[in-house]
Amino acid sequence: MIEILSYPFMQRALIAALLTGLIAPAIGTYVVQRRLSLLGDGLGHVALAGVGLALLTGMAPIPIAVAACVAGAVVVEMLRQRGKATGDIGLAILFYGGLAAGVFLSGISGVGAGGLAQYLFGSLTTVTRDDLMLVGVLAIVILVITLGLAPQLYAVSTDEEFARTQGLRVRIYHIAVVSLAAVTVALAMRTVGLLLVSALMVVPVAAARNVVRGFTAALICAIAIGVITAVGGAVGSFYIDAAPGAFIVLLAIAVFVLSWPLSYLLRRRRAAAILPELVDDDDLIAPHTITENHPHQHAPGCGHPAVRHGDHADFIHEGHRHAAHADHYDEH
Amino acid sequence: MLLDGSTALAADDLTVELGGLPVLRGISLSIRAGEAVALMGGNGSGKSTLVRTVLGLLPHQRGSVRLFGQPLRSFRDWARIGYVPQRSMALLGGSKVKEVVAAGRLARRRPFRPLSRDDREAIHDAIAQVGLSQQLNSDIAALSGGQQQRVLVARALAGKPELLVLDEPTSGVDLEHQRVLAEVLAELMSAGTAVLVVLHDVGSLGGLIDRAVVLSDGRVAHDGPLGDLGQHRRFGGHEHLDHGRTAIDDHGENADGWLGGAVEP
Repeated sequence: MIEILSYPFMQRALIAALLTGLIAPAIGTYVVQRRLSLLGDGLGHVALAGVGLALLTGMAPIPIAVAACVAGAVVVEMLRQRGKATGDIGLAILFYGGLAAGVFLSGISGVGAGGLAQYLFGSLTTVTRDDLMLVGVLAIVILVITLGLAPQLYAVSTDEEFARTQGLRVRIYHIAVVSLAAVTVALAMRTVGLLLVSALMVVPVAAARNVVRGFTAALICAIAIGVITAVGGAVGSFYIDAAPGAFIVLLAIAVFVLSWPLSYLLRRRRAAAILPELVDDDDLIAPHTITENHPHQHAPGCGHPAVRHGDHADFIHEGHRHAAHADHYDEH
Repeated sequence: MLLDGSTALAADDLTVELGGLPVLRGISLSIRAGEAVALMGGNGSGKSTLVRTVLGLLPHQRGSVRLFGQPLRSFRDWARIGYVPQRSMALLGGSKVKEVVAAGRLARRRPFRPLSRDDREAIHDAIAQVGLSQQLNSDIAALSGGQQQRVLVARALAGKPELLVLDEPTSGVDLEHQRVLAEVLAELMSAGTAVLVVLHDVGSLGGLIDRAVVLSDGRVAHDGPLGDLGQHRRFGGHEHLDHGRTAIDDHGENADGWLGGAVEP
């Protein structure tokens, strides 16, 4: 770890990875909430058009990619709002138009499509000081907005019509969300790469929702997962000389896979913790009768009162209480 | 607090077309402060369209809407309005009950400011009012349909509205929920809140309703006391309602016919 920090390019790379891990899930939370999980992918392709333009004109790629990405995102969002294009057709046009323009422009610039590879999959060694400044400033803007306006963005992303009856300027908030997503995608092209950045916007959010309850908690948890996987993946890719984007995304997916059994355990513990404990334990060892036919599936929150009974929960209804055991219910 | 007799909602000659088909044809409706109005009519008569139009969620082609005397276009005082939609994406899960309800305070909050103590109190009070204090931190998706509907009511109450608009709050929920809803509405009305509620049938809210407005084929077929509605029905009024339903069915067929004609050579 000490060794890795002694290289200036790795210091810059790790800061870039940290910032990407912070902002991608922060904006991704709202993108996922709006059911636009694949938006980041389309924006990645538009960023490629920006990179192609930068290669052709000899300008720095990140600022051009940010501008191209934001422009593409705003156009698609406006088309969607005016009802001119459905979400998926707009995304499809982003995908193909951006990719084609990127390959075309890099081709006539003389670099060729192969020159785009470092932007597609991330290349930590190429993060410059200027890049880092830009990423830092924009990351602060994104965090201030995604955390500071969380109540407004939450309302707009979950229930647009209700948000309008609260006097919120829903269209402007929608444009803000897709614009910030566009900035995030363009900024992440050095670390995760344009093809995989969308994963860092979506996968930590999905994993967080498995393990914590509530929107705010999931937002914070997703950011934590994003930071850990982005920094972990950057460090790991340095040691085993792998593409950082691929490593980061595989780590995030590993966290997501682990979140399933974890969510199961957490739910069981929570259910046990909130139930009142049953005092008489005599009947734990007493023989009990079995109910074979019970169409209703008891579960926490099913509406029937539950009590904690030793190592399980009993559900009370119609004057008796029982618990599920294999394919039948034990009467207690 | 509004003076009694002032107008919470006034719609005049409201005409709305959706997809080229007229849904509302010149509707006029007004609700005074503290008044409870039931909006009734068959499926497709335009109830939900009317409600969503007066809230500015759908554009209208002709006529005007005023909220508390202010034209809809320039109305900014949204904290005075509470809206309980029929369905909400907020119910799909991933949010705690208190997070959903907190959205009802947004009209009173400024950006970049945390919840004030007033906000927190209003949120807790609203949740308590609908009897869900135990479920404060539950995931919304874990609640029953009736409880979810009550969360949407609490969300609207959290803003302490002077006009509460509910779109079919009693459809598909059990009697227990309807009883809670009736209690909540009675309490609000005694405090002077105006209520516009879309109902399929009057049901357990009957005792609270001052006036029933019945829509038929996009027009007002009846506007008067609920009791008159019964007579209206008895003396042939309900034929009129049925006629309204038939007219809408005809529209559906027309639309199909038109589409069919467009697709087939």
